[in-house]
Amino acid sequence: MLFDQILQYCLSGLSTGAIYGLIGVGFSIIFNATGIINFAQGEFVMLGGMLTLLFLETLALPLWAAIPCAIAASMVAGLLFERLAIRPLRQPTPINLVIITIGGSILIRGLAMLAWGKDTHALPPFSGNDPISILGATILPQHIWILVVTVFIVAVNRFYFYHTISGKAMRACAYNRRAAGLVGIDVRRMVLFSFVISSALGSIAGLIVAPLTMTSYDVGIMLGLKGFCAAIIGGMSSGIATVIGGLLLGILESLGAGLISSGYKDAIAFIILLLILVIRPQGLFGKAESERV
Amino acid sequence: MRIRFVTFMTMVVSLCITTASFAAAPIKIGALFAITGPAAFLGEPERNTAKMVVDEINKAGGVKGHLLELVAYDTSGDATKAVQLATRLIKDDKVVAIIGPSTTGETMAVIPVVEKDHIPLISCSAGSKITDPVKHWVFKTAQNDTLAVGKIYEYLQRHKQSKVAILTVSDGFGASGREQLKAQAGKYGISIVSDDTYGPKDTDMTAQLTKIRGSQAQAIICWGTNPGPALIAKNARQLGIRIPLFMSHGVSSKKFIELAGEAAEGIRLPSGKVLVADMLSKSDAQKKSLMAFVKDYNNHYRAEGDHFGGHAWDAVMLIKTAVEQGATSAASIRDQLEKTRNFHGIGGTFNYSAQDHAGLGKDAFVLVEVKNKDWVIVK
Repeated sequence: MLFDQILQYCLSGLSTGAIYGLIGVGFSIIFNATGIINFAQGEFVMLGGMLTLLFLETLALPLWAAIPCAIAASMVAGLLFERLAIRPLRQPTPINLVIITIGGSILIRGLAMLAWGKDTHALPPFSGNDPISILGATILPQHIWILVVTVFIVAVNRFYFYHTISGKAMRACAYNRRAAGLVGIDVRRMVLFSFVISSALGSIAGLIVAPLTMTSYDVGIMLGLKGFCAAIIGGMSSGIATVIGGLLLGILESLGAGLISSGYKDAIAFIILLLILVIRPQGLFGKAESERV
Repeated sequence: MRIRFVTFMTMVVSLCITTASFAAAPIKIGALFAITGPAAFLGEPERNTAKMVVDEINKAGGVKGHLLELVAYDTSGDATKAVQLATRLIKDDKVVAIIGPSTTGETMAVIPVVEKDHIPLISCSAGSKITDPVKHWVFKTAQNDTLAVGKIYEYLQRHKQSKVAILTVSDGFGASGREQLKAQAGKYGISIVSDDTYGPKDTDMTAQLTKIRGSQAQAIICWGTNPGPALIAKNARQLGIRIPLFMSHGVSSKKFIELAGEAAEGIRLPSGKVLVADMLSKSDAQKKSLMAFVKDYNNHYRAEGDHFGGHAWDAVMLIKTAVEQGATSAASIRDQLEKTRNFHGIGGTFNYSAQDHAGLGKDAFVLVEVKNKDWVIVK
């Protein structure tokens, strides 16, 4: 019985953790390109879910069409956010930028509340609702979707950053912005790219998790913070390390809630965050001088 | 400019005097509702209902020649703001009675103000500590948690199920429910074999439910407001949990069925009668009030009246009944309220007395079950 339980905790933790990981990767990509933490990242997660709902119900599109539309719309939102809020800043010191992202997140949340109201909405699952049994533990088809999409995105990310010109250019910006500029990389364009990519990742995370967790205008806050934890554990890497950080966080949370006490579920995440920041600020897997890509 | 202002004021004043000369002075009722903020799901229907009822009463010529005037403020669920607005209602608007606030926390904060200024308050929130111990000027219309818990335990006792697992949300509503669930268990011969909580913003409760699945529980009682319980229903289905799942009256609205979808089938919960108004037998004393409320609310707002709106309906109607008995001042309204007997409202049948300012009995709740995406009464 105990084995069943632990397996169930781990499986539940893996799927929530994958979401944390995806959101975390969004944080890292922007951090690497610009050196700021984009606290509006959680709001793109919310937009993913809410926009899918908009295209699905209000505009009556089928699910397969609503999803790309929602991702595209979130990317436009990310692009506008960078253009209107980040780029016009005269003195882009990190602290100013961070405060702007917090302001942006409050604005986006407020607009979403006005547009869609304060109610929680449910999204239909991608493929059925019948539980699948694995050695006594059960998961839903949607959990498999989440894991598959996460693996797929990690693979695409890897390919983009190591095998395409623009990916390599973005890595160059992460190493040294000025040098990247000197060799002819348009740093500002890379910053814009980073916002577009991470808003796409955020919205994907938001829309694949929405059928399980439902969505409302304020889901972004907590998911954003957990994603941030994942990115910190992964040492702000935009690849596999952050996803592993997310998975670790998800499993620990789930085990903690099941075996210790459910009241401490969120506390566990933030204790891990503090421990990592104090003991290993370079992340769990990073070397002292971490390679942040 | 100045002269024009003076002329305007003279006109306003003379208008007031002439109006007053052929109608009795209007009776001012204050209202504090959490129309925005996290408790908006309470405050919005309450404000809508209070406004609707007052309009209807005035359209029918008022109460004994007095028109009612509703002064409603939005507290956004904030206790500090509620206290400021209560003072404003009493000092500036000179109301004779206050309806609300929507949440227990706000009500507790407002109580000292109304006790000091001697203004009757009819709270729309559920916490049992509002009227226990009895405060001279404070009444309430929302059903106590105690009654809801009793309703579930009674059912379990009848079906010889004695081991339950409880899963409560970690906010004021859940904490109060948890307290009551634990306090009353002994009385019904029930033992709590698993006691878990979840956060109001949590997105996955499979960990807690897995733990419950591994325990000896014969039933699960979950205490929370949307969306948590809908997630728990889905998670329980995912885990293949077959023992009966009970919810609190916090989710007794169609929204819950909509969110939980198929997973809602078979879930039982105690609910105010408004949810099943059309299914009640004709002999039910509340049926007339319930049907009137549901019909009016639908006509005005094209939405289903829920029991939150019902709390405000009861509060306004209780004041109206008091005024009908000749009360027009704060003190006389309070005295009349305390004399209320067999008032068949939305929340239940009210019988206030000097010892009881909550006024409801266990018959205020019925146990309902979700069947084919709708509610049915559990016999």
